[in-house]
Amino acid sequence: MVMIDKLTSLLGAGDVLTEQEDLVSYSFDGTATFRQLPRAVVFPRTTQEVAGCVKVCRESGTPVITRGAGTGLSGGTVPTEGAVVLCLVHMAEILEVDAANLTLRAEPGAITADIDAEAAKHGLFYPPDPGSMKISTIGGNVAENSGGLRGLKYGVTRDYVMEVTVVLPDGEVAAFGNRCVKDVAGYSMRDLFIGSEGTLGIITEVLLKLLPRPEARRTILATFASMEAAAETVSAIIAARIIPCTLEFLDQMTIRCVEDYTKMGLPTDCAALLLMETDGHPAAVADEAERMVEIARKHGAREVKTAADEAESLQLASARRSAFSALARVSPTTILEDVTVPRSCLAEMVAYIAETARKLELTVGTFGHMGDGNLHPTFLTDERNLEEMKKVHQALDLIVKKTLSLGGTITGEHGVGLAKKPWLRDQLGDVSLGLMKKFKETIDPENLLNPHKIFD
Amino acid sequence: MRLKEMDFSVLQQCMHCGMCLPTCPTYDTTKRERNSPRGRISLMRAIATDDLEMAEGFADEMSFCLGCLACESACPAGVDYAGLFEASRADIEEKGLNKGLGRKLVRFGTLEFLFMRPRLLRWAGRGMRLWQKLGAAKFLPARLRALERQAPEIGERFSNELIEPIEGEGKWKVAMLTGCVQDLAYAEINRDTVDVLVANGCEVHTPPVQPCCGSIHAHNGEEEMARANARRLLDLLPPDSFDVIISNAGGCGSHMRHFAKLLPNDGRAKEWDAKVRDIHEFLVEVKVRPPMAAPFEEKVRVTYHDSCHLAHGQKVVLPPRMVIDLMPGVTRVELKESDWCCGSAGVYSLTQPEQSRLLLERKAGHIRATGAKILLTANPGCHLQIQNAMPELNVLHPVTLLAKAYRNEC
Repeated sequence: MVMIDKLTSLLGAGDVLTEQEDLVSYSFDGTATFRQLPRAVVFPRTTQEVAGCVKVCRESGTPVITRGAGTGLSGGTVPTEGAVVLCLVHMAEILEVDAANLTLRAEPGAITADIDAEAAKHGLFYPPDPGSMKISTIGGNVAENSGGLRGLKYGVTRDYVMEVTVVLPDGEVAAFGNRCVKDVAGYSMRDLFIGSEGTLGIITEVLLKLLPRPEARRTILATFASMEAAAETVSAIIAARIIPCTLEFLDQMTIRCVEDYTKMGLPTDCAALLLMETDGHPAAVADEAERMVEIARKHGAREVKTAADEAESLQLASARRSAFSALARVSPTTILEDVTVPRSCLAEMVAYIAETARKLELTVGTFGHMGDGNLHPTFLTDERNLEEMKKVHQALDLIVKKTLSLGGTITGEHGVGLAKKPWLRDQLGDVSLGLMKKFKETIDPENLLNPHKIFD
Repeated sequence: MRLKEMDFSVLQQCMHCGMCLPTCPTYDTTKRERNSPRGRISLMRAIATDDLEMAEGFADEMSFCLGCLACESACPAGVDYAGLFEASRADIEEKGLNKGLGRKLVRFGTLEFLFMRPRLLRWAGRGMRLWQKLGAAKFLPARLRALERQAPEIGERFSNELIEPIEGEGKWKVAMLTGCVQDLAYAEINRDTVDVLVANGCEVHTPPVQPCCGSIHAHNGEEEMARANARRLLDLLPPDSFDVIISNAGGCGSHMRHFAKLLPNDGRAKEWDAKVRDIHEFLVEVKVRPPMAAPFEEKVRVTYHDSCHLAHGQKVVLPPRMVIDLMPGVTRVELKESDWCCGSAGVYSLTQPEQSRLLLERKAGHIRATGAKILLTANPGCHLQIQNAMPELNVLHPVTLLAKAYRNEC
């Protein structure tokens, strides 16, 4: 108990939790089926306190699991046995918006949606918009390199991180990066920490890049008799040198669930629904929207709707936004997948997923980001039905292998964590994985930070 | 134990995505998982699977939860938090985890005694009105005086003195629920509701003596008493005799839509649930007649506070706003965080005064920022809580505004 006493004298009793009720409520994250009680949960409030906690834990070789809002979808913040959960929600300040350099500085616990709202006050824009942005923390987004709906045009979290301050496994504090757009001084260590899933260091401050806020936006909803027609539409739009900010799709199962749930009048006999948005200068937006409608029609869209105003645009977008909710309420356990393939292979992959589920008699709805090939096959199941869970794992294995055969990746935006660990070697091969492990061993030789995540 | 006996899929339905966290007022205060819906459900689940003993920590937690159900509105997976919340509180009561003689006495006096006996409740109300008119509270010790201030100011007359058992005629045969606190403190709102219904073609049946709907019992872990009250209401107002059953109080309406869950073997309960309507919802459904006059002589700026159990419990969000917006001479400004709990939450202001005060101050700040001198809300708990904190504000029920406007037509 020496460690707990030391943590308590460092942070104060109110910021060190050890009661059973607290341990239970920090034993999981947003991922289905993973659960493990930690030994304690601590809430540091400064970088120095984070460093202090790491040093105390290191003395007894206690693993440290960094956590933000716990919305992760790969088990990245599920504790390991005996670990201390280091929760950064009390370090949540947005420190400054620098309109001259187009940057925003924030503590790691700042909420993603608040960051964009703060940027908006200055007419600026923070594009990455993961599905949980209303509660996810920026530290978690950087550690997982989160994506979102705007990937095709605006990229992902990595593209907006200019500097990170990190507490290293030995308790030292380092900063990587700066306000400069150009910076080639040595290795880009900053990029090593982005997406490192809390295994290399604890991010305690970030400097983000902002963009001017787009002035206009137009939303279009189109339905198709086949997924191929939707995919061809997307390819043709990109070939026409239009980069929409949103190109989202739902498959037939998802369309049916959304219609059941929202009664918004979607045609349930459609095989695919495409939600498209273009943003930017009003004149360019009007022109692009018109051309996108034309292309969709030419590629056999059954129905194409363009939103006349913001309210209608939100209404159309709700078909996509409610996709996950609509699926999640169908069954007690929802397993959300994240495989990603090159855009040109998307229709093939969607067909393969549906076929695999049919063969194994499983229920799956697939939706996701057609613009960047990121799919979210969502299995609707019940974790108490062990027989069915076995089949779900079998299906996952088949889907991942197919993804890799198409030149895709086992995870587009959720991270490896615990959920994707079994397949990392398949994707990377021995040499790449070996080098990755060498980095981990060099920076964290005692394996203190988020051990057994990404790889063993 | 209910948590162990219930279908486990109800607990499993929570996929711990965390979307409820930003809407939970207690999580917002502490930023601790156990004070969030996701954390609380994880505790319930651990109790159900014998991974956690149900002890005082859990009892404290379920007492700290407001039961505002904002999490239900935010939940992508459709978790029945209200059901889990009531089952937990009932288990906690059964196990006797909340101690204290004072608490027992108060619970006996209110839940078991007064709120089971509508006639006695009105007599107690009369006694309290006399007490209030005499200003007797000044003789109380300071601690009790603070409590006393939270009690509703009892009205001069109760619903049965203001409303005939049957009024009006027309297309719809309507049963009108007068409520308990609404009846004691705001009987005029019941009068206004009947006026509005009559003006919109309803034959309104308002039995002079009505049992409590049992919401307060279910909310506080007294399932048996909640059942008894539900049965009495079904006896008094058999649902097959009416087209709709109208409630004008968010809390009562929310509870009364789930009698079938409480009384699964009573065939009438299902029909009852299907016929319960919030007054605003009903008015919008039957295309309420827009008033031709304004409710006030001058133009007024108003704002609307969503009662938790109207917005989250019953998902009635737009209809009250639509009713308000019909009124000539009334400009409605949207209230920031309008669907956040005001801290009233049944007896929460008594059981958790600190958190209740925080929420009330937050609410009052947002109300002041609108610049409105009139606040509209449709639940007696919120009405009382906000009016007590902001005496300068005119707190009214939207239906009162509509009734005033109709009266000004002639």
